[in-house]
Amino acid sequence: MLKTLATRIGLSAVLLVLVSFLVFLLIDLAPGDAAVSLAGDNASPERIQEVREQLGLDRALPVRYVDWLAGAVHGNLGTSLSTGEPVSSVLLRTIPPTLSVVVVAVVIAVVVAMAGGTLAALKPGSLFDRLMTILASLGVAVPGFWIALVLASEFAVQRHWLPAIGYTPLADGFGPWLQHVILPSLALAALVAAELMRQLRGTLQDALRSDYVLTARAKGLRANKLVFKHALKNAAVPVITVLGVRFATVLGGTVILEAIFNLQGIGQAMLQAVLARDIPTVLGVTVFVTVVVLLTNIAIEVLHPYFNPKVRKT
Amino acid sequence: MSVSPVDADTVRAVRPQDAPARRMRARTARRFLRNKLATAGLVFLLLLVVVAIAAPLIAPFDPDAQVLVERFQPPSGAHWLGTDSLGRDILSRLIFGTRVSLIAGLEALAVAAVIGVLLGLIAGFVGRKVDSVLSLINDALMSVPGLILALAIIAVLGAGLTNSMLAVGLTMSPRFYRLTRITTRGLRNDTFIEASTAMGCSRRRIIGVHILPNVLPPLIVQATFVFASAVLAEASLSFLGLGVSPPTASWGAMLSDASERLDLSYLIWGPGVALSLSVIAFMAIGDGWRDAIGLDREDGQ
Repeated sequence: MLKTLATRIGLSAVLLVLVSFLVFLLIDLAPGDAAVSLAGDNASPERIQEVREQLGLDRALPVRYVDWLAGAVHGNLGTSLSTGEPVSSVLLRTIPPTLSVVVVAVVIAVVVAMAGGTLAALKPGSLFDRLMTILASLGVAVPGFWIALVLASEFAVQRHWLPAIGYTPLADGFGPWLQHVILPSLALAALVAAELMRQLRGTLQDALRSDYVLTARAKGLRANKLVFKHALKNAAVPVITVLGVRFATVLGGTVILEAIFNLQGIGQAMLQAVLARDIPTVLGVTVFVTVVVLLTNIAIEVLHPYFNPKVRKT
Repeated sequence: MSVSPVDADTVRAVRPQDAPARRMRARTARRFLRNKLATAGLVFLLLLVVVAIAAPLIAPFDPDAQVLVERFQPPSGAHWLGTDSLGRDILSRLIFGTRVSLIAGLEALAVAAVIGVLLGLIAGFVGRKVDSVLSLINDALMSVPGLILALAIIAVLGAGLTNSMLAVGLTMSPRFYRLTRITTRGLRNDTFIEASTAMGCSRRRIIGVHILPNVLPPLIVQATFVFASAVLAEASLSFLGLGVSPPTASWGAMLSDASERLDLSYLIWGPGVALSLSVIAFMAIGDGWRDAIGLDREDGQ
């Protein structure tokens, strides 16, 4: 277990280094002089030279990269080209809104999928089951940012039930915080909830038909206990796998939702950096998001044996 | 020259699924058409293609014509879907937006397919170090969320529809790479490949003539899903202002305009429904095709 974990962490570190190097390489391979295009139109030669030095383009690629990597390991991701703010402080400032939306979205997705998937699996072919199947198909296909626009239009702008934009820190109270976070979270949750529900319904149905459940039933175990203690625990494995696979998509989805709800999160920092072609910030955000994805995958690997005793022995 | 124990007939004989190819194709088509949802998806796709080609003939108005006195008109007999902030007819913009969606989707699909399939064939066939290096790069690309990676590439290349779709294609190439690599690996040690090698076929011929046709069916299924994602990605990036440049009508750009006036809900329904239906249609085609060729579920994950 510890050994596989160590291998996993090692591999993740390699992937991380590779990701940052590929972005570096991209800047180098981009047609034309990166400094000229990044400094913007009508930039003075001094400004271009300044950008070039900031990007370190006057030095060779490997030197520049090792320099950046050495800084990054110590938490120094350089400074923003457009505002001069350290990239690490941009990240610290923007993490809370994004984290809030993602966490609430994952909670909503899991709760909705558990409830819907379990009830659907218990009564296959029923009206509820068919309704859930249709909803799941729609959830997979309908774009999340359009769901967000519909939600914002219906519940925030036209009915004023919820605030349309902005963010209040959790420290200012749970209620206001949730009010600001709930709409983007719902939109973000749709896709994951739909996929989880499909997965859960299928696995749960298989589990309910399996020999061990039949045995338990024959021994007179109550139906509730059967579903919640035995079958659902078995169904947790694919749920966690889907969450792991989809986590990156959820993180990526925050970019557009933060733009709609004007949440000053990581996605907004990324978008503003892309529009300003602020490469240090783009690089910093990309690497940070990748770290989060890789860490989540490791965490899921660690959790896996807890839910699935079959892989525990390895 | 010595006579090889393996001749062309042997290769043909041991080659899988070669015999009644035409009958197989007819059966696949029949199976596909029996799937109502998939058939509906195909009809919808054909409809989109017709609308895109015939846009100037179908659209009631010039999609870019601004009639400022008629701005923000709700749906009416003259403007079925209403008018936007500049008094442009929304239905006409929706119709012309079909072009952007389909072309952008095809661009990204082509980029993803060329890179992914080519490298996948090489990695799967050559194996060893080449495979390890390519697969490591692939894993690295896959550990970054697609949209974030696309944004990073756009930051370097600059915004615009072509650059955006190039970026999207790059981020989606792993989906083709993984599938091609694993299928090619499975085929590499097959008897008919061995026979071709024994006959002295060049590597390029084996990959092009013998492996590629066998890899193709699952790739086509994957292509429909990638196309759906690419159309969605175009809408997302145009929504963020990184795709089409104004005044070009794109569903994503229209939604972006609409988001300025969320009190007028009729603005968001047209492009949103068009986008959702398209994605549902493409995915239904993919699902139907996958079932028709008898492939097991393939997530590309």
